[in-house]
Amino acid sequence: MASATLETRENRRAWGFVTPALLWTVAFFVIPFIVMAAISLATRKGRELVMAWNLDNYIAFFEKAHLLKGLFVSLEITFTVTLISVVLAYPLAWIIAERIPQKWQRMALIMAILPFWTSYVVRSYSWLLVLAKNGVINNTLMHIGLIAEPLELASTRSATVIGFVHFFVMLLTLTIYANLVQMPPNYRRAAADLGANGFQVFWHVVLPLTLPGIMVGAFLTFVLCIGDYITPQILGGNNELALPQIIMLQLGRRADFPMAATLSIILMVVVTLAYIACARWLKMERT
Amino acid sequence: MISSRFSKVLSWAYLIALYGFIFLPVVVLVLFSFQDGRLPVPPFNGATLKWYGEVFADSRLMSALGNSLMVAIGSSTIACVLGFCAAYGLARFMLPASRLQRGLLVAPMTVSYLIIALGLLSTFNWLGVSLSLWTVAIGHVVINLPLCFAIIYASMGDHQKNIERAARDLGAAEWQVMTQISAPMLMPSILAAFFLSVTFSWDEFIISFLLSRFDVTLPVEIWSMLRSGLNPKTNAVGSIVFLVSVALLLILELSIFRRTAKK
Repeated sequence: MASATLETRENRRAWGFVTPALLWTVAFFVIPFIVMAAISLATRKGRELVMAWNLDNYIAFFEKAHLLKGLFVSLEITFTVTLISVVLAYPLAWIIAERIPQKWQRMALIMAILPFWTSYVVRSYSWLLVLAKNGVINNTLMHIGLIAEPLELASTRSATVIGFVHFFVMLLTLTIYANLVQMPPNYRRAAADLGANGFQVFWHVVLPLTLPGIMVGAFLTFVLCIGDYITPQILGGNNELALPQIIMLQLGRRADFPMAATLSIILMVVVTLAYIACARWLKMERT
Repeated sequence: MISSRFSKVLSWAYLIALYGFIFLPVVVLVLFSFQDGRLPVPPFNGATLKWYGEVFADSRLMSALGNSLMVAIGSSTIACVLGFCAAYGLARFMLPASRLQRGLLVAPMTVSYLIIALGLLSTFNWLGVSLSLWTVAIGHVVINLPLCFAIIYASMGDHQKNIERAARDLGAAEWQVMTQISAPMLMPSILAAFFLSVTFSWDEFIISFLLSRFDVTLPVEIWSMLRSGLNPKTNAVGSIVFLVSVALLLILELSIFRRTAKK
């Protein structure tokens, strides 16, 4: 009996510690999400919201080509960025883990992430300085006489991809590096002793063992890339709109809140699907 | 022999090329913040500190900077306190559905900032709450609380548990154990969580953009500067932000991470 009352008192105290954080999360994360989901079922009459409780907005998304195209543009950009970033980051992580003396490895990683401590908005702007019509690349190429007319680099999808890749190469280098240094060197030695050549060791031993690092990084890349408004807006311009740009457009000029909410829910469904697809590898990291 | 030397050269070439790619925009940004001219693009006309002077003379930028600091420090403090208490409660007591609670607390980490911002905006509109720096700070606590909770929760080991039990046996009240025993022992991870939150909040754009009205934070003010196109003054602001963040990173690296790494 005595221990039971002690336990309830202990429990009550424990709830006192946890409740504030739980309440905050429910009040400012769960409830807003429910409100937004409800608004996606409403329609707009002039500037008024009318709760219609139907799926018209979702049907409209699949019927209106410019909305659906936004999703495809976003997906194409995101897959391109993820692929290029993995291909560029893997050798970099490998070189840092294998070729750089141990005591300098930490320094090398800090150097690799240093440029990302400027503001995210400023970083995209910096790429504009490099890619603009009168920017660094065009200026250099014209100076050495490779081109006569400036290339159209900014306000293209390539500019968006370059800006994203710049950010995610850093991220993937970190996750892949973490995996590479965890791998016991004996595995590779054993494979080599059993007669595998360099490529076979890499393909059958190293790559499968670093797959979790690649997948974690790739998943983060996917989630952050598909939900980002800044980079496509600054570097990609208005020629073709990514999904977050379309969402912001609904909020601004069109003041169509229900459609913005609908598109956000669709964005979230896509991210959840990506999570389900990667879950197998993500769990291994969590331990 | 030859192939190993060749692969060595190749690796160094690759390393230099990628670091070049990583540093290119930052170097261009900082270099042309000193541009003696009206366009931050080549050719470089010579060095001047004029643009930095203009930044510090710009009252809107300076007040945005103050707002950013206020929001960052305020929201990170709240996130750290809430996160620490929750971590303490969940790590030290047996609570029902603790897995679910932990899941709920870290859930906002998996959702795009844009969606969190939109949800809050819909709710504030619906309730008739007017937008201000307060609403921005609420949003920043939502994104930083999972981070603070996860970092502090991860560092609460059994080793500290025994010391806490000893303090309790010696007659310390629960709040005394928490503030005088647990908090000092966990200070490295609490500080790490705090500084990470500060940098995230300091740099956050979309929540600040959607949830503020008249008073804005620095990234939002920089965003509105971008409308005037390429401008050395924007380079100067960007360079200052870069410098502040690198200073924060260095403090973090030298004081906290190094100390925990030694332990």
